[in-house]
Amino acid sequence: MKRVVITGAGTINALGHSVPDTLEAMREGRCGISELEFRDVERLAIKIGGQVRGFEAEGRFNRQQMSLYDRFTQFTLTAAKEAIDQAGLAFHGDLAARSGVVLGTAGGGVSTWDDNYRSVYEDGKNRVHPFVVPKLMNNAAASHVSMEHNLKGPSFTVSTACASSNHAMALAFQMVRSGAAPVMITGGSESMLCFGGVKAWEGLRVMSKDACRPFSANRNGMVQGEGAGVFVFEEYEHARARGAEILCEVAGFAMTSDASDIVMPSKQGAARAMAGALKDAGLNASDVGYINAHGTGTAANDKTECAAVADVFGPHADELMISSTKSMHGHLIGGTGAVELLACIMALRDGIIAPTIGYEEPDPECALDVVPNEAREAKVDVVLSNAFAFGGLNAVLALKRI
Amino acid sequence: MSISDRVIAIIAEQAVLEPSDVTPESTLEDLGIDSLGLVESIFAIEEEFDISIPFNANEPEASDFDISNVAAIIAGIEKLVAEKV
Repeated sequence: MKRVVITGAGTINALGHSVPDTLEAMREGRCGISELEFRDVERLAIKIGGQVRGFEAEGRFNRQQMSLYDRFTQFTLTAAKEAIDQAGLAFHGDLAARSGVVLGTAGGGVSTWDDNYRSVYEDGKNRVHPFVVPKLMNNAAASHVSMEHNLKGPSFTVSTACASSNHAMALAFQMVRSGAAPVMITGGSESMLCFGGVKAWEGLRVMSKDACRPFSANRNGMVQGEGAGVFVFEEYEHARARGAEILCEVAGFAMTSDASDIVMPSKQGAARAMAGALKDAGLNASDVGYINAHGTGTAANDKTECAAVADVFGPHADELMISSTKSMHGHLIGGTGAVELLACIMALRDGIIAPTIGYEEPDPECALDVVPNEAREAKVDVVLSNAFAFGGLNAVLALKRI
Repeated sequence: MSISDRVIAIIAEQAVLEPSDVTPESTLEDLGIDSLGLVESIFAIEEEFDISIPFNANEPEASDFDISNVAAIIAGIEKLVAEKV
C-alpha cells in the first residue's frame, strides 16, 4: 500500500478567503458567525450564520462561467485553485489521465433551486434559465474542477449530509493508497445560506438563535456556515520525487453506519468509526493528541461524541485535546469536514490547537479538554477528524505529522 | 428598437461581439455560439419578447424554427411576435 500525504490546501469560509487567513482566525479564536444578509431573512426565526463576506464572483469568473456556477461551485473552484497552486502541480499526460476529483456536498446548488422555485412559484414565471440543471446538480463543482485543472481520472461527488467531505476525503485517500491514482483533489463545499436553505433547517428546531457553543452547558444548538475546503492528496513517493512541501500524512480512516435512527447519533457508531480509523492507520489510542470534534453544539451530538471518545480512549481521553471549530465558522454541512481538516493540519504542522470558542459553562457530560476559548500551543503527532451525519453515517480520518 | 435590432443585440451579447459584427448572413457557427449558447440565446429571446419558440435541442433541424442564420432567426421571431398580437 502507498503512503498518502497532503501537499496543498485551499479554503473559503466565514473566517477567511484563504488558508492563511482562516488559520490566523482560528489561532485568534475569532468568530465568523454574524447576522445573515439575504432576501427575506426577516421571515426567518434563525437570523445568524457563518456567511462568506466580501466574495465577489464578478471579476473572478466570466459571464458564461457565472451563468453555470452556483455559489457552491464558485467556492469550490476558489479553494481548489489555492490548493493546486500550493501543491505546484500541473496535470498533463499520464498524471492527468489518472488523477481525479472526489468532493462532498449535502445540498449542491441550493440557492439555484431556491431562486428558480421562487421564480416559478412566487413570481409565477413559466420559463427558467436553460442552465438550471447543470448549475444545481451536486456534481457540478467536481466536474468544473476536473475541467479547470484537466483531471481525467475518477471523479464524482459524495453526499452523506454532514459527513460528505469526510467520506469524500476517505475515498480519495483509498484511491491514492491503493495506487489507483497518484493524486486526488478532494474536500467539499456547501452553500445553503439562502431563505429556503435556512428555513428547512429551522424546521428541525435544532438551530441556535445566538451562537454555537459546543460542549458548553448552556449551548442551545447549531449554526449553519458556508464555504469550501479543498486538498491535494498525493502519493508520498510522487510528492518526494518532485520535492513538494508536505503538510501532513493521511494515515487512515474508517466509515461506520449506526443503522438506528435518521437523526439521533449513536455512541457505538461514533466509537467504532474512531477506533476503526486508528486501527486502519496502525496507531494506538494513546498516540492521539488532538481530535477535531464533530461538535455541532446540539445536546444530542456533543454528549454522544464525548461519551464515544471516553469509550475509545479510556483514561487517555483526559490527556488529549478535543475542540470544535464550528463555534467559529459554523456548520458547513457537507463541506464541514474539509474546512475542519485545516485545524488538524495546523495542529500537526504549527503545533497550535484551534479553540472551541463561546465556551461559558462546563457540562459534566462533556468533561473533556475542549480547549476553551483560546488557542493553545502543543506538539501533537496524531490527530483525528470526526464527522457524524444525519442518517447515522460516520467517517473519521486519522492524520500524522511528517 | 426594431425586432431585428433587439434580436441582434441578444445574439451579439451571447457571442461577446459588437452588434455591428452580427450580420443577417452570419451563422451561429460563424459567431462561435455553441449548442449551450444557442439554448441560452433562445431563452433570452423568449424573455425579451414574451413568446415561446418551438425549438428542441435534441433535434434542432426537426424544429419548426429555422436557425440557419441570423436573418432566418429574425424572420422566425417576427412571425411569432406577429402571431402573439
